[in-house]
Amino acid sequence: MTDVHPIRITVNGTEHELAVEPRRTLADVLRHDLALTGTHVGCEHGICGACTVLVDGLPARSCLMFGVQTDGRSVETVEALGTPEALGPLQQAFTDHHGLQCGFCTPGFLMLVTAFLRETPSPSDDEIREVVASNLCRCTGYQGILRAVRAAADARAAS
Amino acid sequence: MHDAPGGPAAAVPAGAAAEAHAGTAPEVPAAGGWIGRSLRRAEDRYLLTGRGSFVGDHEVPGTLHLVLVRSYVASATIEAIDASAALRQPGVTAVITAADLAGVAPLRGVLARPEFVATDMPVLAAGRVRHVGEPIAAVLADSAYTAEDAAELVEVSYGELPAVAGVADALADGAVAVHEAAPGNVLVDVTPVSSPGLDDIFTSAAHVVEVRVSTARITAAPLEGRACVAAFDERTGQVVLQTSTQVPHTVRTAVALSLGMDEHQVRVISPDVGGGFGQKCVVAREEVLAAAVARLLRRTVKWVEDRREGLTSGFQAREQFYHVRGAFDATGHLVGLDADIRCDVGAYSCFPVTCGVEVLMAANELPGPYRLRTYRARSRGIATNKTPIAPYRGVSRPQTVLAMERLMDEAGRVTGLGAVEVRDRNLVAAQEFPYRNVMGASYDAGTYRESLARCAELLGHGSWPGVQARALAEGRLLGLGLACFVEPTAYGTASFGMRKMTIVPGYERATVRMDPSGSVIMMVGTHSHGQGHATTYAQIAADALGIDPGRVRLRQGDTELVPHGWGTFASRSIVAGGGAIARASADLAGQLRAIAAHLIEAAPGDVELVGGRAQVRGDPATSVPIDELARTAHHAAHLLPDGLGRGLEATAAFDPEGTFSNATHGAIVEVSPDTGGVRLVRYVVVEDCGVMINPMIVDGQVAGGVAQGIGAALFEELCFDESGQPVSSSFVDYLLPTAADLPDFEIHHLCTPTPRTPTGAKGMGEGGTIGAPAAVLNAVNDALAQVGASVGRIPVRPADVVAAIAEAASRDPVDSRRETQ
Repeated sequence: MTDVHPIRITVNGTEHELAVEPRRTLADVLRHDLALTGTHVGCEHGICGACTVLVDGLPARSCLMFGVQTDGRSVETVEALGTPEALGPLQQAFTDHHGLQCGFCTPGFLMLVTAFLRETPSPSDDEIREVVASNLCRCTGYQGILRAVRAAADARAAS
Repeated sequence: MHDAPGGPAAAVPAGAAAEAHAGTAPEVPAAGGWIGRSLRRAEDRYLLTGRGSFVGDHEVPGTLHLVLVRSYVASATIEAIDASAALRQPGVTAVITAADLAGVAPLRGVLARPEFVATDMPVLAAGRVRHVGEPIAAVLADSAYTAEDAAELVEVSYGELPAVAGVADALADGAVAVHEAAPGNVLVDVTPVSSPGLDDIFTSAAHVVEVRVSTARITAAPLEGRACVAAFDERTGQVVLQTSTQVPHTVRTAVALSLGMDEHQVRVISPDVGGGFGQKCVVAREEVLAAAVARLLRRTVKWVEDRREGLTSGFQAREQFYHVRGAFDATGHLVGLDADIRCDVGAYSCFPVTCGVEVLMAANELPGPYRLRTYRARSRGIATNKTPIAPYRGVSRPQTVLAMERLMDEAGRVTGLGAVEVRDRNLVAAQEFPYRNVMGASYDAGTYRESLARCAELLGHGSWPGVQARALAEGRLLGLGLACFVEPTAYGTASFGMRKMTIVPGYERATVRMDPSGSVIMMVGTHSHGQGHATTYAQIAADALGIDPGRVRLRQGDTELVPHGWGTFASRSIVAGGGAIARASADLAGQLRAIAAHLIEAAPGDVELVGGRAQVRGDPATSVPIDELARTAHHAAHLLPDGLGRGLEATAAFDPEGTFSNATHGAIVEVSPDTGGVRLVRYVVVEDCGVMINPMIVDGQVAGGVAQGIGAALFEELCFDESGQPVSSSFVDYLLPTAADLPDFEIHHLCTPTPRTPTGAKGMGEGGTIGAPAAVLNAVNDALAQVGASVGRIPVRPADVVAAIAEAASRDPVDSRRETQ
């Protein structure tokens, strides 16, 4: 359990070589080994989705994945979506439509929706609601999140 | 969506909030008009990019990770604790038990009144556990993984005792006492009002309506659980506690009391906080423990709650039982109200508000927005072997509104007036404000009747019988429910003092400081954790100072930095914190005007601050940049007479007398007679919180609150078995609402500025949560009434609906078969 395994993962385009215990979660690798604390841990049993990141482009609960499982793979986290000075379009839509309050669940929603919009560039309102229902938010009642995703999809379609 | 009310001249359309503010708020000069605008939030950019700073993000080298050994039985003596196997694990530094914390006092919340029994909540259990999840020992190790493993190896020998699992058990003859100090298990028993002649009124009343409602135990479940990092700073001699709290100064007080230190020896820092909703407005045992261990070991100690701990040992709320009778005269007016209320408060009293917090509020606020002169209420807080309760958004108001609104629906049916007319006759009307209610509270003006009329209209109440009948003909059960309420917010010291708390919150104090560049920082003791204070407070200050809100920054959450204050809870911040900011900003604006007057040789009273410049009113030719005034005040103070400049700072306090927002919520639901499922079709809110500093943020608070209220109405329940064992310990069992469970909310505003705050704003953070359970339950019952069924407990589970329909059918099989066809 406490043996360490060498892994090589690409996070937000940068390759890292790490030695991790097999039981160490991807969330802990990102947060504490790579200091990418934008990924948050809300339940540690795969329900809330606050820890959602993209592994090889697909959303994954980083609390339910071990770091060793990402050996040789590519991970995207919220830190890759934009900077405070230059928000990405989805982040801009979240601030325009009040899609966040305390901000704790927000990175998970942003990663979830990033993958969703890549796959489904012109979603229906029902499709948006269904995908947003994958994660939990306790502050917003989802109203602003749903509007933000709609706006981000529409802006993408218009550009 | 902002609507003008159809009603009184006192109310103005919400879109005119800035004008309303200018007309009613002499303490803040009208200037930039930032108040009333839906500015994007100042806090969003760093949160959206993963640059937030939550407690769990903080980890310095050498940190010890703290994992708790918690009781897995509800009631027992602790015979022995064997930590030897745990201590043999590599990486384990220590296992701390109560024996190691001899000098650490338990948390003790006190109400200084004879109806209250004070009890101690130990930081670690000493010889006795009273609920599953009670902390017994703390394992300290070099990683959280190692500490978790070692905690499994700590052997606790229990002498199991019979558990008191609920109110009925607790009140039974011969029940085991949860606390020796309270042999009958009643920790609070108040009758705050007993009007003479009440029984005679009931005897002679044209109609007596009776309802019984109850609400399940639930919890706030913020997405960020509780967490803290404690260290001992040898240089300053301070315990430094970073913690996810709504109330940094109150945590400081508790830690100082428990550890026997002066308050300045404890520094509490609350960085970004991932939701609180009341659960973090009281002090957790774990916060005191982390501080005590850091002082004991002289090491940095980190504890991050996992979700199972959160759902089993984090503070819970709302397990309440109401029996309410209303006497109505022949014209449908409520002439008497009699209530018996029982609250299951769990095993301990939280600090500082005590286990009386739900009990007192339930009795005091039951009458709500309705005119009432004759009232009697008994309210009890009953100890059980379950997790302690604490405030959760709305505290007892979701339950009192549930009881009153069920009563009003029943009264509408019994009197033949219907749900809207019976409420309209009883709501306090515009000309009655300020209205002193039967408990002595003074309601500032609101739009009680107007919000009801508007909400009913928006829901199509007039044509509802036809809509409902057509749906029934198709075999569909639709229901429409209403809930009217008043939301007492921003209690000040006078109100809290009346509860006889020994630690009395209520005021807020702000320092507003302009730097030599002309930028402003605001320091205040409230704690924004989603409410957007960095934005709204800046709007208030910017209006007073005539500068752009982008030049104004908020500092909060550090007892070393901000004035003593009470944090964010009870919908107090925009009133108490915003009020203090407004006053301090007005003082600072006066200083700027005086400096400008000296420089441009005008009278201070003729100077206005507008668009970042100071000038003689209406004469831009005289203008001086405010930045230049700031530079002069600091870097060229020799140009100013003594008494001007030499820094630019003001501090002011505000102790509110209380504001009263109001709203009507309305829900339309479809109930499946087959599965018992309830689907929300529409949800309408018409609310009045006075001047809205930032309408976008107000809407966000309403929406989030409504979602929590719907969760309580339909989904959320912490279940326990008969031995007090919690069985809802994950989000698989404790169901938070998702986006798929909720409709788009339709939120409308009326605006009655309050004269009681510098800005005209009222508190409004809890209203959504308060109104939703009653609106949903009334809607469900409106649907079920068509088949002769009803439910009186929330959450309304599918099985409850199916059982109620079956029970009704067995009572009257012919009628109910006909109606469901």
